[in-house]
Amino acid sequence: MIGEMSRIVRTMTNIIFGFIVVFGFYVIAHGHLSPGGGFQGGAIVASAFALLLVTYGTEVIQQYIAKDLLSVIESTGLILFGSFGFLGISATYFYNIVANSGGLFGSPTVIGVNPGDLNTSGTIALMNIAVGLEVLAALGVIVLTMSAAAEIIQNKEKS
Amino acid sequence: MNGILMHAPALVIALPLLAAFVTPILGRFNYKKISWFVSAVFGVTLLLTLLMAGQILTNGTIVYVFGGGEAGLALPSGYTFPIRIIFQIDAMGIFMALITAVISFLAAVYSISYMEDYSGVDKYYTLLLLLATSMFGMELTGDIFNFFVFFEISSISSVALISFRSTFNGEPAEAAIKYMVISSISALMVLFAIGLFYGQYGTLNMAAIASFMQFTKLDKMALILFLTMLAMKSGAVPMHMWTPDAYSEAPSAITVVLVATSQASLYALFRIIFSLYNVTLNTVTVGWILIILGVLSMFIGVTMAVIQKDIKRLMAYHSISQTGYMLLGVGVGLAVLANPAALASYGIKAMEGGIFHIINNALYKGLLFLTAGALFYRTGTRDLNKMGGLAHNMSYTTLFYIIGAAAIAGIPPFNGFASKLIIYESVYQFNPLLAIIAMLVSILTLASFVKIFHSAFLGPQLEQYKSVQEVPKSMVFAMAVLSIIIIFFGLFPNLIVKYIVHPAVMALINQSHYTSTILGGM
Amino acid sequence: MIGNFPFVAVIMLIALGMYSLMFKKNLIKIAIGLTLLEGGVNLFLITLGYRKGGVAPIYTMAPEGVKMVLPTPQALCLTSIVIGVATTALVLSIAMILYKQYGTIETDEIRRLRG
Repeated sequence: MIGEMSRIVRTMTNIIFGFIVVFGFYVIAHGHLSPGGGFQGGAIVASAFALLLVTYGTEVIQQYIAKDLLSVIESTGLILFGSFGFLGISATYFYNIVANSGGLFGSPTVIGVNPGDLNTSGTIALMNIAVGLEVLAALGVIVLTMSAAAEIIQNKEKS
Repeated sequence: MNGILMHAPALVIALPLLAAFVTPILGRFNYKKISWFVSAVFGVTLLLTLLMAGQILTNGTIVYVFGGGEAGLALPSGYTFPIRIIFQIDAMGIFMALITAVISFLAAVYSISYMEDYSGVDKYYTLLLLLATSMFGMELTGDIFNFFVFFEISSISSVALISFRSTFNGEPAEAAIKYMVISSISALMVLFAIGLFYGQYGTLNMAAIASFMQFTKLDKMALILFLTMLAMKSGAVPMHMWTPDAYSEAPSAITVVLVATSQASLYALFRIIFSLYNVTLNTVTVGWILIILGVLSMFIGVTMAVIQKDIKRLMAYHSISQTGYMLLGVGVGLAVLANPAALASYGIKAMEGGIFHIINNALYKGLLFLTAGALFYRTGTRDLNKMGGLAHNMSYTTLFYIIGAAAIAGIPPFNGFASKLIIYESVYQFNPLLAIIAMLVSILTLASFVKIFHSAFLGPQLEQYKSVQEVPKSMVFAMAVLSIIIIFFGLFPNLIVKYIVHPAVMALINQSHYTSTILGGM
Repeated sequence: MIGNFPFVAVIMLIALGMYSLMFKKNLIKIAIGLTLLEGGVNLFLITLGYRKGGVAPIYTMAPEGVKMVLPTPQALCLTSIVIGVATTALVLSIAMILYKQYGTIETDEIRRLRG
């Protein structure tokens, strides 16, 4: 992962990158309606980071994506997830109190076949978003760290 | 107050889990203070566990349903079955949770000074909190898939903790990869066995599985998988090769928690055998399998320990050998489970010995590993041949070491003697040979701890250790608390057995009580 | 008969995984073995919930009056996949540390701990 790849790869990456990220967030946001969810969407966004790393090399990307920021996002996502559990503490932990209550994600949920209203499902959607943030940050950190370490090892072998 | 008590089972999981993710953010503002924050969280968790213990031992089993009021779902046909994730906490579960709470609290307090000079301590504490959470989860849960999830979390976080020091040298990473492969295989095979249950009975609730249990061929397969894999995770002998490496290479505070983790696996093994299968299985055969595993662990563990030169490796082999005592005691209880007369005359007693030994082992083994950590902290080596004369400089550590060594060797006023005596007495009635082996192992244990005492503490003061001082206060505090509990347990064993151990044993043996708590109201 | 083919595949995947865990010395191959084992177990769980002619258990835009497969094993399987990702990442990063410290990823050369 040292240095840039050819112009063809770079151009294609520039075009595709945005689409991958948007698709990842789409999967996160529709986690309660369609296959996928927080983890899957986050993994898709993180794969976009991996694509950037392969195309442009570790050194360039590390100037744009800060590992510290990603760590903070990771912790924040997990804290949010845990806190959403406390929303329903009046009944039990993880009780879905937002569902069917009106407001954001609080529309009545239809049991059975439905056209798919995004504004349903209560805390499940919120938790999907929290998990999505966590996973994209965590996998991003893993990919960045591993590529940096791989670079160190490669340099060591060359010398 | 009442609300806290009601939600205590969820809070015991939720508090360390949330704190685990708050820690890295807190570390950005005040890196030095996070150790105190983590200790405080563990202190609160310990208090919650004590509260819960008081409630369970007076009022009986607590059931906590996550995400809804009712544990079950009624079908249109009127048939009700449990679908939600529940925590079902009986006397045995809370017994293990108490061990976890005490040990993890003391490990955190010990780490305040022990890990002071390392970098990346915020991640260390995150992983420690996750490890404690997963142990609580394994011990409190009443859902078998939930058990698998916590089982995997515990192995992942403990692997990361074992390899924590691998930036300096390769050995911790080597120990970590062994443990990782072992625990991944065991977790996946446990998942396969859970799949076997789900395919047959269509439920993941442990009480429901227990009530449907028919001991078909598939159940036998699941039993074999559970037995081997959980025995492997708890470090019983034919599958013990990861134990000395992992225990000796982890930071000392973590080794203590790892002991508790392997006992949580042992608890899961007992829970599955007693609460899920109980008398449907051939108790004599499975009981003898546990006894043979136990005797092998006792004997091979101690003989390997005698020849070691690395202080923590020696202690790690001893913890294999102590696991043998627990398997022996509980195995004898299982072997006579289907025979009420023998169960009443010595079976329950043997199980009390085995279960009591779990908490005793966690305490004195914890104390011994902490003293080994104190020696490493001051001398920078774990090699017994390079130490010597440390009693001149480290008087408190020496005292705590003597207490721990006397307890593990089974010398009267300490707790090891109490549980070992119960095991000897009851096992002698079952099979005299087993009791004789157990006593022999105890003597060998004493011999190897006298060896450590002689080579590390006694002798003239060495030149290079002239300036060595006593360890910092937080480490002394952790060791002192463990010593006090050990002496208390040693002086009043009858009290402990009557109020804590006996209810735990009865909770294991009495399967119908376990199932009816969940299914009775349906 | 054809309904049993997934179980045959499960056995084959688990056997292959066990083989590479037992007889391969390379840490990357051991990681591959773990992944194969995990794939086998996940396939087993998924197969348990299958119903002949069933559709995916999603109510959004679902066709009327068609059987659905059982969703619980799929949820279990997703959880297990997520855990598997973490396990694989951890094994590979430890392998990387080992390569840095020992200069090799052959397990028979990584043997400083013994006895």
